[in-house]
Amino acid sequence: MKDMDPADIVGEAVEHVLTYTGGNTRRVYVTPIETPYPHGKLIVSRTDTRGIMTQCNPSFVDMSGYGEAELIGQPHCLLRHPDMPAAAFRDLWETVQAGRQWHGYVKNLRKDGGHYWVYATVVPNVRDGKIVGFTSVRREPSREKVAAAEAQYQEMRGS
Amino acid sequence: MTINFTVSPSFPNERISDWYIFNTWLQRALSVPIHLELYNSFGAQRAAIAEGKVDLIYANPFDASLLVREKGFRAIARPEGPPDEMVVITGTDSPAREIRDLQPGTRLACSDDPCVNTVGRILLEPANLDDSNTVEHRRETYIQVARELLRGEADIGFLPVEAFEGFSPLVRRDLRALVTSELHVIRHVFLVGPALAERTDELTALLLSMHESDKGRGILEALGARRLLPVQHEDVEFMIDIISTLDQ
Repeated sequence: MKDMDPADIVGEAVEHVLTYTGGNTRRVYVTPIETPYPHGKLIVSRTDTRGIMTQCNPSFVDMSGYGEAELIGQPHCLLRHPDMPAAAFRDLWETVQAGRQWHGYVKNLRKDGGHYWVYATVVPNVRDGKIVGFTSVRREPSREKVAAAEAQYQEMRGS
Repeated sequence: MTINFTVSPSFPNERISDWYIFNTWLQRALSVPIHLELYNSFGAQRAAIAEGKVDLIYANPFDASLLVREKGFRAIARPEGPPDEMVVITGTDSPAREIRDLQPGTRLACSDDPCVNTVGRILLEPANLDDSNTVEHRRETYIQVARELLRGEADIGFLPVEAFEGFSPLVRRDLRALVTSELHVIRHVFLVGPALAERTDELTALLLSMHESDKGRGILEALGARRLLPVQHEDVEFMIDIISTLDQ
């Protein structure tokens, strides 16, 4: 995965280096700007069994700040925000690979360095008894739930 | 063999006769007796499904999930046009301008439509409202939901967009939408059960070509559709995967 391009960043940014499962790293730039969740919409995407994006809806594209062509074929962790603890994604991955649904509050990183909060549910796509991919559906969270998740994730990161 | 056909109770009352006309057309086209049963509640229809009394159904998306995943039904067609969306309505004089203005203790009126109620509940989540801090008034029809608001007996109501837009100007004058869903992913579909497996191709071809005759086109228009489109099984599986996330 490519590093974020500083030219895409809007506002004052802080640089982080994310390390993913498998040891790959990515340089990201993060601003404090939050994009409000669009009322009434669902953000939907699908990945293959390796977490590579195969499909996303217009709300997903709008909120991510990327173009659809930049998203399809990329790992879903393109949207990982450094404030999200690695343990949350480990739990997500283990849960859905075991064939169960995962849900939780997630802070996603936009192409422009900003972020947006979602309540996400991820389900395995089971066809003829086999997991062939995963569907993720996000909806608008309440501010109270976001504040609670923020505090919890901060504690998990130990900062 | 008599085919047992039913339609999701989510359609407007004024279309009852149009569904009977559709049934007569289908019966003649297939040359088999078809019994149309229009249940007056989602609960009654679900009981009939559980008892195996349904062979062909125009199903709401939530029942489609149950029928495809647990009863071996196959989706064969859907109406052309926008997908199903829901609206949370309030009275024009309500102080709430958006969902986040709603407070614990909000009285909500709704029907027993599982699809509308699930999406309606999701639309309330940004206000941190759920069934523990709201008071639900169940009513039998969408117009009764609207009346609850007009009489000041409820603060908000859940409706399908189509039902809200179908109300008379007199009713709509005193109501307004707080938020409308833009899910874009859930739809009513025609499903055939395992007992009709041998006639699925014939039935599909009939429905998909219905708009090509004046008679068929007229029936579809009365039901609010220009024509019926094919449905890929994977599209329905994907819709079901999405629906399965909505009650979490």
